[in-house]
Amino acid sequence: MENKTEVIVIGAGPSGVSAAIVLARAGKKVLLIERADNAGDKNMFGGEIYTKQTLEIFPNFIKEAPIERPLTEQGFFLINNEDSVKFSYKISPEKEADSYSVIRSKWDRWCVQEAQKAGVIFAPKTLVKELIVENDKVIGIQTELEKYYSDIVIIADGVNSLLAKQIGLRKEISDCDVTVNVKEVYKLNKEKIEDRFNIDEKSGYAAKILGGPLKNMFSIGFMFTNKETLTLGVGISLDDLKRLEKKPYELLEEIKKHPSVSNYIKGAEVIEYSSHMIPEGGYNKMPKLYKAGVMVVGDAAMLVNNVHFEGTNLAMLSGKIAAEVATEALNSGDYSEKFLALYDKKLRESIVIKDLITHKDTVSFLKKHIKTITELYPEIACEMFKVVTSASNEPKKIIYRRFFMKLIKSGVIFKSIPLGLFAIRKCLEK
Amino acid sequence: MNINEKLSTLKYNKDKDSHLSVDNNICRKCIKKVCTYICPANVYEWNDNSSSLIIRYENCLECGACKIACEKNNIQWRYPSAGCGVKFKNG
Ligand SMILES: Cc1cc2nc3c(=O)[nH]c(=O)nc-3n(C[C@H](O)[C@H](O)[C@H](O)COP(=O)(O)OP(=O)(O)OC[C@H]3O[C@@H](n4cnc5c(N)ncnc54)[C@H](O)[C@@H]3O)c2cc1C
Ligand code: SF4
Ligand code: SF4
Repeated sequence: MENKTEVIVIGAGPSGVSAAIVLARAGKKVLLIERADNAGDKNMFGGEIYTKQTLEIFPNFIKEAPIERPLTEQGFFLINNEDSVKFSYKISPEKEADSYSVIRSKWDRWCVQEAQKAGVIFAPKTLVKELIVENDKVIGIQTELEKYYSDIVIIADGVNSLLAKQIGLRKEISDCDVTVNVKEVYKLNKEKIEDRFNIDEKSGYAAKILGGPLKNMFSIGFMFTNKETLTLGVGISLDDLKRLEKKPYELLEEIKKHPSVSNYIKGAEVIEYSSHMIPEGGYNKMPKLYKAGVMVVGDAAMLVNNVHFEGTNLAMLSGKIAAEVATEALNSGDYSEKFLALYDKKLRESIVIKDLITHKDTVSFLKKHIKTITELYPEIACEMFKVVTSASNEPKKIIYRRFFMKLIKSGVIFKSIPLGLFAIRKCLEK
Repeated sequence: MNINEKLSTLKYNKDKDSHLSVDNNICRKCIKKVCTYICPANVYEWNDNSSSLIIRYENCLECGACKIACEKNNIQWRYPSAGCGVKFKNG
């Protein structure tokens, strides 16, 4: 048959490129399809890629890839109306960083070049319109121009996965299962970045921002240092945007103006605005992952651990596992649903689904306590630091008593009990 | 910085046809019109005079939020043709 290969991978993000390169290294014929002109041009994330899982696919990435900075310090900002409490975890400069900041247009493109070197055929500027299904088996794809056939198709088309939906693996997702993220990238010279974040050229800073303008909604702000740019963004659950009738870019503006953030970006020119969704449905909303002739990987399969901000690593791992199963299937000439169930089994044995199961109820739990987490905690944390640091004219005993009364009145201790119990349950759960 | 200034930082290659469409009869009965505020690119605007939705599809960031947000499931949503739509340089 013309236009026929062994495996077609749709989408050249972290999951698709990982699947493609692992297959090519196993000597299989792979066609990797991407709708953008260049890999990465349609993609945006925070963001950081994780060292361990990235090394499994790209052992040479630290030396050769276009990485921005090793993220040696991870900060957390608890912001109140005007004040804030910030803390951070900094690793020793001798240690390998757990993650690196990257820019998707450069990173995704480099990954695809590596895949091409391994033998993957890359077809950019190609939009897959639908999957070709025959006798309930996926046998190929229909692009805007032509049909291509393969023994196995791997769907790696990201959060919106129109293709997993087309073949009934996935239902329409609902507004509580995604966050809408907007971010801006600022041009700032290297020295300024390093001064503002107390880093040098071999280190980098990332921060998560909780509360302030984002209080009372399932949301988080994020900031990343790149080589010569800074990223600042916010992500908000779509159901909360609807409920509060908020515009995502206005929330970003409010964060930018907050005194705990504004000086980092002062005087820096915005060079790009962007938006992208994150799947937040977790294990409970994970679609069926396979069918005869097809497997779903990465965001398309909702494989994101939103409690730990892990997406690209689970995307890479799922791509790799799907590729290993595809290799076995090709070797045995069996692409049946029964054979490809092995993908589901292997994914369950890996951290991908194990972690999703651990957190299968965490997002809905956090949403129930969102006011405590995003409003009360930043407020009490700020109050506590104020007690310790402000030398006022009042006797300390009165200040302590007032703070104590505030603790009681706010109910913070009482409200923290369920959170503590939840954390303990997570540790003890089988 | 307002949304138009934000969008002006982006590179687009405008598709000749819109990849977004709605049935205005359904929109007329829609009270909350969530598409007009949740969209990160302010693509949708309700026009009272023509009693229809203005869709600036050329500004779309292809995030997919509107199709999920519309409670009447009224947004026909697809990707722009290959090579068209937004292009992120710093995503
Ligand atoms: C704001 C934000 C911050 C994030 N921060 C982090 C972070 O710091 N660390 C982290 O690990 N993860 C982060 N993530 C999550 C991470 O980006 C995703 O989990 C990851 O990109 C998923 O990879 P993927 O390959 O499955 O999908 P994607 O990266 O979305 O790739 C899908 C690809 O498929 C292409 N495509 C789609 N449909 C078609 C079609 N029909 N035909 C052809 N091509 C198609 C797309 O153009 C795209 O290139 C973040 C996400 C967002 C939105
Ligand atoms: S939310 Fe849906 S039905 Fe309502 S105005 Fe927007 S597109 Fe129309
Ligand atoms: S896909 Fe996103 S950017 Fe485009 S119109 Fe819908 S909500 Fe707006």
